[in-house]
Amino acid sequence: MRLTPSQIETIAGLARLKLQPDEIPVYADSLSRILGLVGELEQADTGHVEPMAHPLAGQVQRLRVDQVTSGNERERNQRNAPQVEAGLYLVPKVIE
Amino acid sequence: MAAPTLAELAAGLAARKYSATELTREALARVERAQPTLNALITITGESALAAAAVADQRLAAGDAGPLTGIPMIHKDIFCTEGVLTTCASRMLSNFVSPYDATVVARLKQAGMVMVGKANMDEFAMGSSNETSWFGAVKNPWDATRAPGGSSGGSAAAVAARLAPLATATDTGGSIRQPAALCGVTGMKPTYGRVSRYGMIAFASSLDQAGVITVSARDAALTLQAIAGFDPRDSTSVDTPVPDYAAALDAPLAGLKIGILKEFFEKGLAPDVEGPVREALQVFTRLGAQVKEVSLPSLPLSVPTYYVVAPAECSSNLARFDGVRYGHRCENPKDLRDLYTRSRAEGFGAEVKRRIMTGTYVLSAGYYDAYYIKAQKVRALINQDFARAFGEVDLLLGPTTPTVAFPLGDKTSDPITMYLNDIYTIGANLAGLPALSMPCGFSGRLPVGVQLIGPHFGEARLLAAAHRYQQETDWHLKAPAGYAPAFEPGFAP
Repeated sequence: MRLTPSQIETIAGLARLKLQPDEIPVYADSLSRILGLVGELEQADTGHVEPMAHPLAGQVQRLRVDQVTSGNERERNQRNAPQVEAGLYLVPKVIE
Repeated sequence: MAAPTLAELAAGLAARKYSATELTREALARVERAQPTLNALITITGESALAAAAVADQRLAAGDAGPLTGIPMIHKDIFCTEGVLTTCASRMLSNFVSPYDATVVARLKQAGMVMVGKANMDEFAMGSSNETSWFGAVKNPWDATRAPGGSSGGSAAAVAARLAPLATATDTGGSIRQPAALCGVTGMKPTYGRVSRYGMIAFASSLDQAGVITVSARDAALTLQAIAGFDPRDSTSVDTPVPDYAAALDAPLAGLKIGILKEFFEKGLAPDVEGPVREALQVFTRLGAQVKEVSLPSLPLSVPTYYVVAPAECSSNLARFDGVRYGHRCENPKDLRDLYTRSRAEGFGAEVKRRIMTGTYVLSAGYYDAYYIKAQKVRALINQDFARAFGEVDLLLGPTTPTVAFPLGDKTSDPITMYLNDIYTIGANLAGLPALSMPCGFSGRLPVGVQLIGPHFGEARLLAAAHRYQQETDWHLKAPAGYAPAFEPGFAP
């Protein structure tokens, strides 16, 4: 399975990654090789097997009670934000 | 004595041979001295370490100390540390100061351990050589031209060079065990769900698990004790009692059934690794263990299975890095899409992007069943293989890595060659099993690791087996020359 440059551009678009033109053939090559490795899975007879999503059989993720457990820490959490004004995160204009 | 274990340092503190402050100053001096050569740390926290050491000294004086109080340690930079830079070795988080502590960090803080810094690693824990770090590669302390392994390469190198007796680490496909093997230290990956992942930056959530890198199995038992256990803040944390690992260390080996993983000794295993691993097996036999060959026929498919499951989960987890709320943001974005795509392109390195794109592809419409569901089915087969094996034997033994530490730069051009480094470690992650690696000999001056894998929640038996082995051998006490001179006279334990 060989991925084309246009497939790489589509994947990068879905992943929200801007690639430079010279990166596209590099990723086309390495992703194709990874998919070649992954192709070995076809050998396995899995007709009767249930897919496994959790490594511990029978375990499911717990749900918690929908309860407030901490106070409003907006100011503290926004210290890492690139751009904030009046407690709001600033981004480029979305609606004209 | 150049290489005291954590247990010995704790005894020295209890006997007032030295104070936590003296111990911390020594650890900081070692870290500073080794940093230009090893690049094992991203952040050194001298000031807060000395403050924590002073508190530890008060606790020791008041008789309020636990077994870990006052011991210096290093956190892998994947764990959130309140008020301290937490980068995950990525440009994306190179300015991120965590507003809270991970549960692992909080528990060790509470136990009185003293963090002296944050360990370098592969970016977002994606790599097997530490070469994907935005902060540059870590060097192997046994040979600075070689890789320390990854992704917990800084943690393994730091403990190997005896900068501190404990470094935390994480293991998604071998990231604790592989660097532990290549650096000649003991590395323990617990069962999935045993240790809380709250505040541990996510890579592949059905595989990630936190653990420890130490000098000895006893030290691993002491430190795992402090971090294991239920945490309501991690929805995958399992609410099952934590046994007394240290108390279980002296369990006799007689009658223990060890399975030799047939598939691990087939093609690809270097003879200079196979030799010491087989010698380790003989030590276990001498100690009374029964040895039996077992076959896990689906295990050779663990690497392809992993390279669907892990990238798929990574592409989802790393979608949160969008340049809006925290992390790197590009200059002058022209619109929101430009903000996302350029911030992510600039913030992530090549390997992280490769995995995000692989994951995006295998999850995309039309490919989901062929790749993702297929991989989850093969994962079930691998899990069944392990379950069958643990019906016959108590634990499994094999090499940790196919070769000893490889030269830096050797495997960076071909991702597949790099991925195959984890061929013996990935199985335990796919099945959620506890596993450890410990030193079992050398090839020239480079250490070799042997791996033990146990059934779910079988940490106590794994640690006991490793401890008995380490009482018979002294490979785990060998330290590389030049990093950790003896403590100053009158101070040495």
